[in-house]
Amino acid sequence: MSAARGQVHLWIVQRVTAMLLAVAVTVHLVTILLAVRGGLSAAELLGRLQGNAAWLCFYAVFALAAGLHGAIGLRNIAGESLGWRGRGFDLAWLGIGLLTALFGIRAAWGLYAA
Amino acid sequence: MPTPERGATLEVSIWRGGAEGAMRTYQVPARENQTVLDIVTYIQRELDPSLAYRFACRVGMCGSCAMTVNGRARWTCRTHASRVVGPDGKLELRPLANLPVIRDLATDMAPFFDKWAKAGGRFQPKDAKDGAVPEEFAVVPPTSKQRREADAGIECIGCGVCYASCDVVAWNPDYLGPAALNRAWTLVNDVRDGARAERMEAVAGDAGCHSCHSTQSCTERCPKQLDPSASIAGLKRKLFWDTLLGRRG
Repeated sequence: MSAARGQVHLWIVQRVTAMLLAVAVTVHLVTILLAVRGGLSAAELLGRLQGNAAWLCFYAVFALAAGLHGAIGLRNIAGESLGWRGRGFDLAWLGIGLLTALFGIRAAWGLYAA
Repeated sequence: MPTPERGATLEVSIWRGGAEGAMRTYQVPARENQTVLDIVTYIQRELDPSLAYRFACRVGMCGSCAMTVNGRARWTCRTHASRVVGPDGKLELRPLANLPVIRDLATDMAPFFDKWAKAGGRFQPKDAKDGAVPEEFAVVPPTSKQRREADAGIECIGCGVCYASCDVVAWNPDYLGPAALNRAWTLVNDVRDGARAERMEAVAGDAGCHSCHSTQSCTERCPKQLDPSASIAGLKRKLFWDTLLGRRG
């Protein structure tokens, strides 16, 4: 795959994750507003998330989108302001994005399987 | 600036030198009707014949007299002094940004035109790959969507104002820039052209349309009121769907 093609793929991933985040962040904020009405407690969180595959899916997609979107954005900033360009940097940013996403997914799994 | 009094002068500071150099100040008579190019010409003819600058038509057709006027890229022939000289009577002229300076106000436009070529800016007739004139005229309905897209960008005369105004060019020297990408989009929409696939590959990626931040300085400053930013958005949109739908080959 040519370097330019890989760059286009990163661009597309960032746009698509932006679309997902627009929905996911809205759901997230509405959930926060509703959840705190009855007082925020660990029991309530677990009641909602434990064993609930729909919430697990939602947070897994949310974390993946956030991790990739953020890392690709940082890649662009680093390229323009620090001159960090090239395949090595791209792979490193992709790794950072996936790692960040993994932390989020692990947390979601922890609540699901708790 | 109000109508200048008789005998009033303008304080014009001009970049002298190449990449290294300094500003030099000249006193130029203020006239009721004078363009910035008139001022530069006055300095070169009456005060300092060693001043280097570039112009040709003087009427906004050739695009060769663009300079940085008070920090902003403009055609000097179409910029009336009264629009840019402040109440203090001061004017600052520098060569176009983002291009190597040859001397004084003259920049080397080679990188600009090299990128134009790199973006596939040359029309490649579909019916005559060897560059021969096709036997029949192509019929392109003026109201068709592609014709309207091509018409929107076709009037570019390659003055480099957008290129000098683009932050992304300053950050990434490989970036093709607004003019070259606008040209590419014009040809992508030209139904007579036969090199669309190669051109789309040439404008993809970090050196191409995908680095554009859509801040639209190019559109804001284009003396022809073209919209390179919209052309770049068109390229991005097309590459997005072509990639997702596997149409790029």
